[in-house]
Amino acid sequence: MPGPFAYFIWFVGILCEAAVLVCAVKKHAFRRYFVLNLYMAGLMVSEIGRYKFLTEYGFTSVEYRYFYYYSDAILTIFLYFALSSLYAHVFREMNAEKYVRFGTLLLLAGTALFTYAVVEQSTAKLVTHFVVELSQNLYFVGLVLTYVLWAAILKLRETRARLVQLVLSMGVYFSLFAANYALRNLYPSLSSVFVPLISVFGTFLPLAWAYAFWRLPEEARLVPARLAVIPR
Amino acid sequence: MMAGIIFVCSVVFLLQFFVSYCRSLIAASIKHPLSAEVQDVTGIKSAATGEDFDRVVQLLQLCPDRPEDRSGMQAIGAYFGLLGFVRGTLARLVPSLRAWTETERGQCTYFAAVTLERRIAFSRDMFAQQLES
Repeated sequence: MPGPFAYFIWFVGILCEAAVLVCAVKKHAFRRYFVLNLYMAGLMVSEIGRYKFLTEYGFTSVEYRYFYYYSDAILTIFLYFALSSLYAHVFREMNAEKYVRFGTLLLLAGTALFTYAVVEQSTAKLVTHFVVELSQNLYFVGLVLTYVLWAAILKLRETRARLVQLVLSMGVYFSLFAANYALRNLYPSLSSVFVPLISVFGTFLPLAWAYAFWRLPEEARLVPARLAVIPR
Repeated sequence: MMAGIIFVCSVVFLLQFFVSYCRSLIAASIKHPLSAEVQDVTGIKSAATGEDFDRVVQLLQLCPDRPEDRSGMQAIGAYFGLLGFVRGTLARLVPSLRAWTETERGQCTYFAAVTLERRIAFSRDMFAQQLES
């Protein structure tokens, strides 16, 4: 069973997810960043659902595990689409939304096929194994895509401060999860250390988005080239 | 092997994104002028230095905060720690890196001072609302 600290982080996470939606509505950013807000709403609903499954069936129950992993995979796909919506924002002036949508679906299908090819060998619980692997692979694909988007922002001299912060926070979030998954694969015996970190890392994105919606007006501008680690 | 490569890539990307994210937070606050009152309280008269950071953070902890404001300060606190680590290790070998870390640490302090000003304003609003009701 999760300890008091895990419950505390869980509660903080749900509170922050609600804060993102409230901030987005109050600052009139809900429709502009609709997919991001949809993901945040989905995340909040899934967190509440997980809590319900935990209290009803218990931490070690099959029901809780299935709900946890399947909802996680669906949310990762949602987050992937949220990332593609940020691509659409950056490339809107180039009228490249159609290509972005097509590319997103193609890459998602490619990742799913690759994952299937990897897990095909496992005889038992093929679908469950596939769902867990797909989620992990999408985190890494998301990380690479965020990096490409950040490079595009620097190249295109995108100056919208809020958009820049949303992209960078997503980059931090994807990197944290991808590193965590990689460490868990490298050291399976230390899973008890790395698994609880997921909920701690999980609070970063809602906090960062709430900050971006609340503090930065849509008109705020900055020079992204000055933010790069290696000055351009 | 594959997991090792993914781990190394993730850490490299994480560092890049994290530093850029923190600098974007700082860049958004740097245009905000500090009021005379906050300048007095923090002792930041002209340029903020890294030495003042801990003191400003202590003052920050005395003011009530909002959850949506928390992430910025936490990220900057971690960034300040990272800069301190770089200053104590790599910057000893590369003098230009030392100057850069000093500037960045000063900007972290300025960010904390701007956050302090916002929290003071938030506390005043709450107090005014209480008086009205």
